[in-house]
Amino acid sequence: MFEDGRQAFIDICYLVSAFLLILSIRQLSSPSTARNGNLLAMIGMGLAIFATFFFEGVLDAIVWIVLAMIIGGGAGYVAAKRVQMTQMPQMVAVFNGLGGGTAALVSVGEFLNRDSVGGGEEVSILLGTLIGALTLTGSLVAFAKLQGLISGRPIVYANQQLYNAAIFAIIVVLGVAILALGEGTTDKSLMIVLFLLSLVIGVTLVLPIGGADMPVVIALLNAASGVGGVLTGFTLDNQALIVAGSLVGASGVFLSALMALAMNRSLTNIVFGAFGQLPAGGAGSAEAGGEALPVKATTAEDAAVMLAYANSVIIVPGYGLAVAQAQHAVRELADALQARGVNVRYAIHPVAGRMPGHMNVLLAEANVPYEDLYEMDRINDDFRNTDVVLVVGANDVVNPAASQDPGSPIYGMPVLRANEARNIVVLKRSMDPGFAGIENMLFHDPKTSMLFGDAKKSLNDLVAAVKNV
Amino acid sequence: MNDAVLMGAYVFLLALFLGVVLIGRVPSTLHTPLMSATNAISGIVILGGMTLMGQVDNAVLMALGFIAVAFGAANVVGGFAVTDRMLAMFKRRPDTGTGGEAES
Repeated sequence: MFEDGRQAFIDICYLVSAFLLILSIRQLSSPSTARNGNLLAMIGMGLAIFATFFFEGVLDAIVWIVLAMIIGGGAGYVAAKRVQMTQMPQMVAVFNGLGGGTAALVSVGEFLNRDSVGGGEEVSILLGTLIGALTLTGSLVAFAKLQGLISGRPIVYANQQLYNAAIFAIIVVLGVAILALGEGTTDKSLMIVLFLLSLVIGVTLVLPIGGADMPVVIALLNAASGVGGVLTGFTLDNQALIVAGSLVGASGVFLSALMALAMNRSLTNIVFGAFGQLPAGGAGSAEAGGEALPVKATTAEDAAVMLAYANSVIIVPGYGLAVAQAQHAVRELADALQARGVNVRYAIHPVAGRMPGHMNVLLAEANVPYEDLYEMDRINDDFRNTDVVLVVGANDVVNPAASQDPGSPIYGMPVLRANEARNIVVLKRSMDPGFAGIENMLFHDPKTSMLFGDAKKSLNDLVAAVKNV
Repeated sequence: MNDAVLMGAYVFLLALFLGVVLIGRVPSTLHTPLMSATNAISGIVILGGMTLMGQVDNAVLMALGFIAVAFGAANVVGGFAVTDRMLAMFKRRPDTGTGGEAES
């Protein structure tokens, strides 16, 4: 009787927890309620963890469990407080990896601890081990690439896909063998081999993917960590895990598909296409534009006059803005222009940052009000009625070739239609082509003025000049 | 297929559908916090680490569970903390208006 009551208590807590987690995602649909939503998710998570202490036997291990929580939670907390907003993709990658690692370790532990495992549970244990382990190591490689610990370029070697296929085939064979043999002494060593190979395949899958594709990879790994949670939920017969994991999986798949769409690439192409082939095409097109095309350089004073007397200005920030640490400078310029009555808005391309929504966070950190941030589809029709577009550290996302030149490597990628504005001011370090090496005709447009130099210095000059107009 | 697995499959299906609908409503402005919040939520597998530690009696498996719980805790605490930090930065334009708003 007491046992039943205890289980009922745990189940009810899990139910409430699942409800709170769902509600929290609902609250994330608006910036005004989002923080509250995050708080609800924390409460839901806390409740689920609290209830689990009453699970049979867990209280006996409470000292070790709490110690592990203090160590892990403390490390996570310190990292979360110290991380810079530009490093957010790395941080998310690491946390993804830890979630996947947890799922894998739990799956392996459950397998080794059980004398007999039912058919359905065995499958979820094996899949949970595979997905969790590859999420762990894949995320660590993604982290290393983003952090610059290893080259962001695709790391390719001969017969790479063949090796990956071979490793995967061995994992499948091991899995089938474990299922076929049923419980026995040999299973356990096979399981450890399967776990280790799953760790290896996580590394070899992410190595050939280039740094520019990391946003999609992180979103995919996010989905994978969710799937790991779902599988662990099946293994433990725990509905809270299944609900939470499904939400994460849905989010990860949604965001990765969104990013792929914004880059005009398919998910398969990103994961298995070895981006390494693309730069060759990019170099070709840069060469085609090698003849001296006209470029109109301007000064901060001239550009400031143009901005100050405009009715409407759209700022297009790219990651170069964050690299130059110029988010505050761009906000000061917007403030100065708004003080003159200029309508200033920001147009954010989905891949403006290093992960979905990254640029929005970077600008929010610089106190740009979120109402001023417009996503591509909401602002693209307004460019043609805009007096001045100010492009800061962005290149490919405003390249008209994406819609006009079928020969361009980025043809078909949705871009911001900055070229439709009456005037365009581009802040750029030099005329070097960008990361992808693709010629951008926007820079040679008669309506475009180039303001060369470091973005932060140029913006500061513009602020000073606008105030003197 | 036993009842528990079938039940789990129903829960999975419904939660997945709900997830897609809800996630679709999140504006792109909030996609980074969304990712880090769901990331923290995926740390719920820490529950599995806890029950594992409660069941095992040998040191190796206990250590495995210990690492799992520590990883999960880092994911959960760090994920929520960093999400809160980001969301705190998202501000409306002040109602009273900046100087510029008031003048124009």
